[in-house]
Amino acid sequence: MLLNEFLFLGAFLLCTGVYGVLARQNGVLVLMSVELILNAVNINLIAFGAFRDTIAGQVFALFVIAIAAAEVGVGLAIVLLIYRNRRSIDLTEVDLMKG
Amino acid sequence: MPNVFAAAHIDVAQNVAFGLLAAVMAVAAIRLVTTQNIVRAALALVVVLAGVAGIYVLLAAEFAAVVQVIVYIGAIVVLFLFGIMLTRAPLGRTANLDNNQRPLALFVALLLMGLLVYVLVDAFHSRHLDALHRPLRVGTTALVGDAIFRTYLVPFEAVSVLLLAALVGAVVIARRD
Repeated sequence: MLLNEFLFLGAFLLCTGVYGVLARQNGVLVLMSVELILNAVNINLIAFGAFRDTIAGQVFALFVIAIAAAEVGVGLAIVLLIYRNRRSIDLTEVDLMKG
Repeated sequence: MPNVFAAAHIDVAQNVAFGLLAAVMAVAAIRLVTTQNIVRAALALVVVLAGVAGIYVLLAAEFAAVVQVIVYIGAIVVLFLFGIMLTRAPLGRTANLDNNQRPLALFVALLLMGLLVYVLVDAFHSRHLDALHRPLRVGTTALVGDAIFRTYLVPFEAVSVLLLAALVGAVVIARRD
């Protein structure tokens, strides 16, 4: 198989995730789009690991999965706190730090 | 430059499986970022994550595929569904899931895609994954275990501490006091 098949799939998932992060205003949906980006990175890591014939790609993908779990836990806790304080998770309303 | 039509490189079964998985994942990913129903977005995320697990199997990374199913589909998606439930999102269609930057976001995403395609075609044109064609070892799980607990032992322990810190942090942030 061509290496580029996997890299194109990863690039497509990355771009979809970037679109989701930029265009969504619901906090939970933004976090889901971040998951798309992390999965694109994982596909790239494992594909390059298979290409270079090293196990390091898989190990780093496992690390990314673990860190994604931590990120979702903390991220959802923050979204929950925003909801509790403002009764909404609309990210366009969270603009206290906007000049 | 290797002959693209050499018999060992065609991989009909793998390419058909890859095409099916990639098509399903692309449709689900686009649904995820465009749907106006937040629960459907979570279910589209499940489809994408399962497709990624299939891609890992195609890359002979079976341990990563199993971890993907257990951790992502089993734990993270459930966490997302809890998040949707606790923020009391309406179950039907809602009109205000997107902000007013959609054209700009589409432009940025297409620009990024074009740039990446150009760079990837330029850099890895017709490079093959030859390593997948060697006689199959028992599996890569033992190698992954060796690598984690020998070469990458310190990062592994750091990830353990990070997970503990994230757990405590999430509890502290989200608890009602």
